[in-house]
Amino acid sequence: MKFGVVIFPGSNCDHDAYHVVSKVIGQPVDFIWHKEQEINGYDAIILPGGFSYGDYLRTGAIARFSPVMKAVKDFSHDGGIVLGICNGFQILCEAGLLPGALLRNRDLKFVCEHVNIRVERADTPFTSGYQNGQILSIPVAHGEGNYFCDAATMAELESQNRIIFRYCDSGGVVTYESNPNGSLNNIAGITNREGNVLGMMPHPERASESALGCKDGRALFLSLAESLRAMIKLRA
Amino acid sequence: MITPEILDQHNVTPDEYERIKQLMGREPNLTELGIFSVMWSEHCSYKSSKVHLRRLPTEGECLVQGPGENAGIVDIGDGWCAAFKIESHNHPSFIEPYQGAATGVGGILRDIFTMGARPVAAMNSLRFGPIRDEEVDDSREQASSRSVARNRRIMAGVVKGLGDYGNAFGVPTVGGEVSFAECYSLNPLVNAFALGLVRREHIFYGKAEGIGNAVIYVGAKTGRDGIHGATMASAEFDEAAMEKRPTVQVGDPFSEKLLLEACLEAMRAGAIVGIQDMGAAGLTSSSCEMGARAGTGLEINLDLVPQREAGMTAYEMMLSESQERMLIVAKRGHGRQLMEIFHRWDLDAVVIGQVIAEQRLRVLHKGEVVADIPNKALTDEAPRYNRPQRPFAVSTEDVTPKIEAAVSNLKSQAGGESQVFTEILRRLVASPNLASKRWVYRQYDHMVRTNTVVPPGSDAAALRVKETRRSLAMSLDCNGRYCHLNPREGAKLAVAEASRNVVCSGARPLAITNCLNFASPERPEVMWAFSETIDGMAEACRALGTPVTGGNVSFYNETEGAGVYPTPVIGMLGLIEDARHTTTQWFKEAGDVILLLGVTRNDLGASELLSVVAGEASGAVPLLDLEAEKAVQKVCLEAIQAGLIRSAHDCSDGGLALALAESCFSSYSRNAVGARIDLNEHAKLSGLRLSPALLFGESPSRIIISLKPEHVSEVKGIAQRAGAACAVIGEAGGEELSLACDGKPLIEASVASLEEAWRNALPSHLDRPA
Repeated sequence: MKFGVVIFPGSNCDHDAYHVVSKVIGQPVDFIWHKEQEINGYDAIILPGGFSYGDYLRTGAIARFSPVMKAVKDFSHDGGIVLGICNGFQILCEAGLLPGALLRNRDLKFVCEHVNIRVERADTPFTSGYQNGQILSIPVAHGEGNYFCDAATMAELESQNRIIFRYCDSGGVVTYESNPNGSLNNIAGITNREGNVLGMMPHPERASESALGCKDGRALFLSLAESLRAMIKLRA
Repeated sequence: MITPEILDQHNVTPDEYERIKQLMGREPNLTELGIFSVMWSEHCSYKSSKVHLRRLPTEGECLVQGPGENAGIVDIGDGWCAAFKIESHNHPSFIEPYQGAATGVGGILRDIFTMGARPVAAMNSLRFGPIRDEEVDDSREQASSRSVARNRRIMAGVVKGLGDYGNAFGVPTVGGEVSFAECYSLNPLVNAFALGLVRREHIFYGKAEGIGNAVIYVGAKTGRDGIHGATMASAEFDEAAMEKRPTVQVGDPFSEKLLLEACLEAMRAGAIVGIQDMGAAGLTSSSCEMGARAGTGLEINLDLVPQREAGMTAYEMMLSESQERMLIVAKRGHGRQLMEIFHRWDLDAVVIGQVIAEQRLRVLHKGEVVADIPNKALTDEAPRYNRPQRPFAVSTEDVTPKIEAAVSNLKSQAGGESQVFTEILRRLVASPNLASKRWVYRQYDHMVRTNTVVPPGSDAAALRVKETRRSLAMSLDCNGRYCHLNPREGAKLAVAEASRNVVCSGARPLAITNCLNFASPERPEVMWAFSETIDGMAEACRALGTPVTGGNVSFYNETEGAGVYPTPVIGMLGLIEDARHTTTQWFKEAGDVILLLGVTRNDLGASELLSVVAGEASGAVPLLDLEAEKAVQKVCLEAIQAGLIRSAHDCSDGGLALALAESCFSSYSRNAVGARIDLNEHAKLSGLRLSPALLFGESPSRIIISLKPEHVSEVKGIAQRAGAACAVIGEAGGEELSLACDGKPLIEASVASLEEAWRNALPSHLDRPA
């Protein structure tokens, strides 16, 4: 099994994703440079957080044109697992691998703090280690995490159960106050139709070690490793 | 032809001009005069401060690099070193808050990675004028409604600027301080701190060694921005200051991030001999300082400099302060490799000159020598002033009567004593100086790089060093009010508090960096306060064993004759030998016993209490006994290292009541915990019966600790051996914070209601239509 972490110019959570995969869950991982046109030999690709290309125009708007993104698209079309965290989620939306867009936060300010999210589905390759309805404390850190899409897309996301995480209060109730950025339907993370691409604004890699005060994000990476192991076995 | 008007525009005095002519052996041309004016500016030359800075202790066991380089460096064990420094960006932040603050972060980050260190943490120390409507007083410009509205705008812009730059660059902003006073109304202070990690053998210096080596310009193109920024920062402001907006540079954190990665890669590849950031005075300072440090010279050709706009003169290019640029001396034979690395990161990298044997800065442009100056004339030979000083009387006033009057006045409104003190505590937690700074730090990414083990909000921030089992603790501290009333004692108190803060997090204090913010050095009282500050700081640093690794002096924080309080911000670095000993200020569990180390005296002068109930900054500052301070710190650290302590919190601004409330409040990973306190034993030990002083007095050298009941006697034993006072004052638990003395209730409040007032204070003043 091998993970790949893409480095765009301006990525800054690349080392964090690398650390959690290599040191916390102990799996093989390589960095992938944004100028690469082919990505071979990987089982899962992580698009890390950061400010790709400075994100001066619109988050993820330039990164989608990176040579590596064409390869990531092909990889996902072949069923490869792709996880986009924060800026990675924004890039996935810009690249059309996920629907919708991430707008400026409701209060127009960058927000960095622990938030509660509710696991809406525990039957995905990303969340199999959680329980349905489980409440996780995971940090967010973004200026543009306000998920938006048109009504038809939202209806599709809801009816196809593609919303994987929602912001909620400590009791698991989805409220206006518990939404840190104004996302529609308190969306914190969604998948594509096929379920192999997940984009999420919260940073599970920042909540995977007790030294950092919270381990709620660790099960996401363990779930991924578990799912990949099963997929590899199936292929063999 | 250099006329008196031109000299005046350059802030060069007639005497200084005579000296320039003497050093040059001729009249300088305009470009040369421009170069002298920035290098001899207060900001770059430290001409008024250098004679005093010499008195600071700059030697210590852990010290790898003291003052004089881009950043100070200390050894943190296992072959790792920490490079850290703090720098001011006050003047630009007043003129253009967002970019001024942002480029302050950019500059300090470059100072760190110039040394070969990867920046892993940032902090900042901020001072603004009043932001509350109730403080508006249109009879004074600094408190006028116009000023209060502007203060809010400046604060919002500065915080956003600091956040946006650090967040995009990818360095966590893990702590700092924010405080408010009228003197900062037209003179906000923005001090940016950064810390990086480097292997000892990979440290780089700003030296231009090796005659014939190529001098390479890397990073962003040179534009007309920031010309004379250093000169601007070396003069007081007047009404016309806003017209100086073009002298503020524009930051690009994305370029800086690329520059960081490319520089570190080139360093690791062994392609670099010396490297320096083009900060204040840009190309000028980097080229002459690198030559001066190595005893060589530099010859550069401006035609080769990447330029953002056409038709720039030599004068403009030499004085531009465009951001995100570096000057590198390449190792022979590695020039091409170096260029390839930078091109891979899509950055300009161009040979613009070479190292020469003559110790001169020679600048060519369009086939002519446009400047040719001996390096030493710009650096070592810059003027030094021992400016006149005039002592002012430090306050010795006992403010007890003022406090008593205010308390009895409140009694007539609020009723009984415990209602009055509870009401005072409620006001204190909501005072902007003491209220929660969450509004500020939630705009900073304080977790990126996943090393932040103690996020903003506790006494000191703590960062793990992934490669070792150690953590680093860091804190920025200064109480401007103390320094204003007694500069020497104020500086000592700042060092002591910074040291106490890192001790509370479980760290042994290692060394400091400082940012000395003062008004005009041409005023003798200011210069005296500066000199006193240095002596106070030196005394405290010697006593606590924390040498000075460098820092920054910012004079002329003065607008229309009104200056800032002397504000010497101390940045303390401490080492937590075993990351498991990292400690926070928050009570952990009901049933834990609460102890207070140290004694309380009648220290109400210059207190937050006096400011909140009487609107005054007056009185004698608290007396600091450095021996008692050392004893208290020793007890706390020893008990933490023995694994006996569950929380430790420094007791300072707002006194014991405020510190206890802070320990009760909820934090990122735990719910609020109440406390039942009886000060009887502590009051006896202190020989003090006065309730306001016990509750709100700001005696230094006190630490609140909490521990499991079975560890009390052991901790008391440690305190006894160290000769530090130590009293049981209560127990954690419940939902109330109650304080009593001799069975008499003094404060009774629900923690939740106090916390709400504390959390909502800043948002209520700042989140509103402008």
